[in-house]
Amino acid sequence: MTAGSGPPSGDGLVWRTATELARLLASGELSSVELTGALIERSDAVDPGINAYLHRTDELALEAAGAADARRSRGEAASPFDGVPVAYKDIFVTRGVPTTCGSKILEGWVPPYDATVVERCHGAGLPMLGKTNLDQFAMGSSTENSGFFPSRNPWDTGRVPGGSSGGSAAAVAAGAVPWAWGTDTGGSVRQPGGLCGLVGAKPTYGRISRYGMIAFASSLDQASPLTRSVEDAAALMAIAAGHDPCDSTSIPSPAENYLDGIDGGIEGLRFGIIKEFTGEGSQPGVRARVDDAYTRLEKLGGTLQEVSMPSFQHGIPAYYLIAPAEASSNLARFDGVRYGSRVAGDTNIVTMNSMTRDEGFGAEVKRRIMIGTYALSAGFYDAYYGKAQRVRTLIIQDLRRAYESVDLIVCPTSPTTAFKLGERTDDPLAMYLSDVYTVPFNLSGNPAVSVPCGLSSDDGLPVGLQIVAKTLDEKTMFRAAYAFEKDLGFAGSPEGRPRL
Amino acid sequence: MSTAPSRVIETTIGLEIHVELATSSKMFCGCEVAFAGEPNTRTCPVCLGLPGSLPVVNERALEHTIRIARALNCDVASHSFFARKNYFYPDMPKNYQISQYERPLGAGGVLEITGDFPTRRVGITRVHLEEDTGGSLHVGGSGRIADSEYSLEDFNRAGTPLVEIVTEPDIKSADEARAFVTELRAIVEALGVSDVRMEEGSLRVDANISVRNAGETEHGAKVEVKNMNSIRSVGRALEYEEGRQRAALVSGDMPVQETRHFDEKAGTTSPMRTKEYAFDYRYFPDPDLVPFEPSDTWIASIERAMPELPVHKRSRLAEQYGLRPADIGILTTSTAIAEWFEEAASAYDGPAQKVANWIIADLFGLCNEAGIPLTECKIAPRQLAGLVRLVDSGSISGKQAKQVLGGMFATGDDAALIAEKEGLEQLSDAGELSSVVDEVIAENPDAADKVRAGQMNTVGFLVGRVMRKTKGQANPKLVTDLLTQKLAP
Repeated sequence: MTAGSGPPSGDGLVWRTATELARLLASGELSSVELTGALIERSDAVDPGINAYLHRTDELALEAAGAADARRSRGEAASPFDGVPVAYKDIFVTRGVPTTCGSKILEGWVPPYDATVVERCHGAGLPMLGKTNLDQFAMGSSTENSGFFPSRNPWDTGRVPGGSSGGSAAAVAAGAVPWAWGTDTGGSVRQPGGLCGLVGAKPTYGRISRYGMIAFASSLDQASPLTRSVEDAAALMAIAAGHDPCDSTSIPSPAENYLDGIDGGIEGLRFGIIKEFTGEGSQPGVRARVDDAYTRLEKLGGTLQEVSMPSFQHGIPAYYLIAPAEASSNLARFDGVRYGSRVAGDTNIVTMNSMTRDEGFGAEVKRRIMIGTYALSAGFYDAYYGKAQRVRTLIIQDLRRAYESVDLIVCPTSPTTAFKLGERTDDPLAMYLSDVYTVPFNLSGNPAVSVPCGLSSDDGLPVGLQIVAKTLDEKTMFRAAYAFEKDLGFAGSPEGRPRL
Repeated sequence: MSTAPSRVIETTIGLEIHVELATSSKMFCGCEVAFAGEPNTRTCPVCLGLPGSLPVVNERALEHTIRIARALNCDVASHSFFARKNYFYPDMPKNYQISQYERPLGAGGVLEITGDFPTRRVGITRVHLEEDTGGSLHVGGSGRIADSEYSLEDFNRAGTPLVEIVTEPDIKSADEARAFVTELRAIVEALGVSDVRMEEGSLRVDANISVRNAGETEHGAKVEVKNMNSIRSVGRALEYEEGRQRAALVSGDMPVQETRHFDEKAGTTSPMRTKEYAFDYRYFPDPDLVPFEPSDTWIASIERAMPELPVHKRSRLAEQYGLRPADIGILTTSTAIAEWFEEAASAYDGPAQKVANWIIADLFGLCNEAGIPLTECKIAPRQLAGLVRLVDSGSISGKQAKQVLGGMFATGDDAALIAEKEGLEQLSDAGELSSVVDEVIAENPDAADKVRAGQMNTVGFLVGRVMRKTKGQANPKLVTDLLTQKLAP
């Protein structure tokens, strides 16, 4: 730690990107213990207002920060980001640290193992600041389905931060942690990223191991970073990406270095605009910002052309059959027998199972278990689950056809800016429609990133632009997002940060 | 059982057999596969179904399943996948079992069985791979889950690879069912893919049995019989159930569709539960696993590495050793027995049937008494051959040989050594015996006269006297020869 040059003060520190912090740590201008201390202080100050965390691990973080500093002083940094703290959505299991998945049914459970994502981040030297709030079992778009409390959007604490990874988004947006992990099953990272003015980046399905990520819908779930810059998203994704023998759906090839050539610009890239996404149901302020973004892409040397995705109109219905069907089976293990909470009836095993699940699961979880159970039932399977899988095939085919003529697809991340707490809790369909632009790319497995494209003139809240790449073409996706972010100049500017 | 003579009643049986594979690790994780042990010591996040854990297929288990499928003449699916079978039970960690539904690894096979019935071709509907559940111990009440005070769960067995084999309803009697299980066990054992120990549950048999009047096209109500823990129980349970259903059919009190539990002690079956509704397992492809496509070259290499199957072994043993068919059946119930026999036969240059006789008539008895399998007895195959040679040479009598075998069984020593130690060597020295024979003739003049007069049946009496004087060590054939010479008319 040098004294003379004057390290950034605690307040300025908390708004830095992970990449900037890594540079400060590398140069010795900053220690990880100092940084971690500042973030703990910031969390103490802001978390009561936003409820981002379910469980904080300050002591563990400081301990890990000390170890990171020691490594750096020996010249043995575990990675360029050694000592930069991170937070995890409480869907990642963490050895010795309570993991609830946002549900009362897992209250008290302390996992005996680490998720692969957690293990790889530990390996890179990232101290863990805590476990963040989410909609129970990642089912929701606002964190209002958390079994504990809703999180709040740092841009307006009367509004939701989005979901299901809303706790991670709120924490990063509020300066409580430089970056955080979420999971994206139907938009659960891109949508809160958009609503909180952050970058939310979902990799190709299978690119990051799902081992140790509590399953909601196994064929859709992907671990995804929430960050303050495109560069950070590429870096955090790269830390966790790559084959994991513990996950059979993990892509066998090694991951690329997403930072490599990220500043290559977008001259000559062809962007597809989806004809069927007419903007109907979108707020004018959102449409205006996204249209501006398209113009900017052209200005930067990209070309725009329309692509047709007739299958996309079936995206939401197909998603709301496939995801609940898988969930109904994935969540069967929460039965009070082996771990988590148990409500012991005085009669028999069936009563104990039922009472535990009745008290432990929230309404949305129960709704989806019912839908999923129904969709898989004998006599209904073909009409529901089977048909939804066929829609999925059509969506993949539509995208494959589109990518014959374009390099990337662009569209809004979400039809609206952050909505008010309670606004949609009684209307599940309205809530489901928050994901209309994100869901198709979970069904298809393509990588997709939400990057801030400014504030809506309607309400002054952030709007996200979604950029979708071909399977395993994360590098082009990040390159475009990076060029757009730099040119817009929103991220890192005072305008790009909430007045919290 | 009393059936009206005018009625011909047919029995229809289909079997569902589970075989636990003896892979070194479990189906979807690295935990060791073994029997029993301290509860919940062979577990990990995967086989405990902890939140976040994911399965990874054990390829060796796929290979073993393909072996079984091919040995049962099944076609191997070129595209196959795992499905989840959803139902709640506390010994099932995920409350779904990873199994197969559509496109099982093997299908459309056939197994021929023989016995005291016309040779029967039994269709094999499917051979699929799944994971085993844990085990429950229901404490209090009747020992079943419904009325127990509490249950203890042991997940050591959870995730053990399990192959399910389902037959067509082609089996027509308890005898045939027993023969089928015997043959299947021999095959699986020969393949070296399972311990096939019914008493330890590594081979489990459930049966569906129904009766109907001959000529009817519809099957009678299907009764599932469970808890048959040995091949003998399979026969007993199905014989009982067949009789019960026949009597019910005759009396007009038609059997109902239900699951019945076989009571080993009583030898009877009793209702477990009546199937009021069919379970809906909501099968769907497991999204945590990827489909697999066994290549033709892989299947071919598995086939090339297949050991000799019992049916082939039987015809070879018949041809090579000229054994009696019934004895071949006995010697091929397990690979280990057949190997033991062949080793003994190769160490012996006379007719192999003699070696077989000793194994079947004597050695099995000793093993049964001691409660050990043949392979664990102290006698090595070549030592048995030595015993037979000793009898052939006339050094000991057949009767003495049985005594020597007992000694060998107890100590593991060679036959000659035991015969010598116990002073059992046969007196085959004509000179030495001659004087004893003379003594006996002198002591039994009446008998000797009778022989001289041509009453040859009295020779036996005199032989007996010589044997008594020599404490059984005289070679009886030599004694007879000497007596007939000396008392020639």
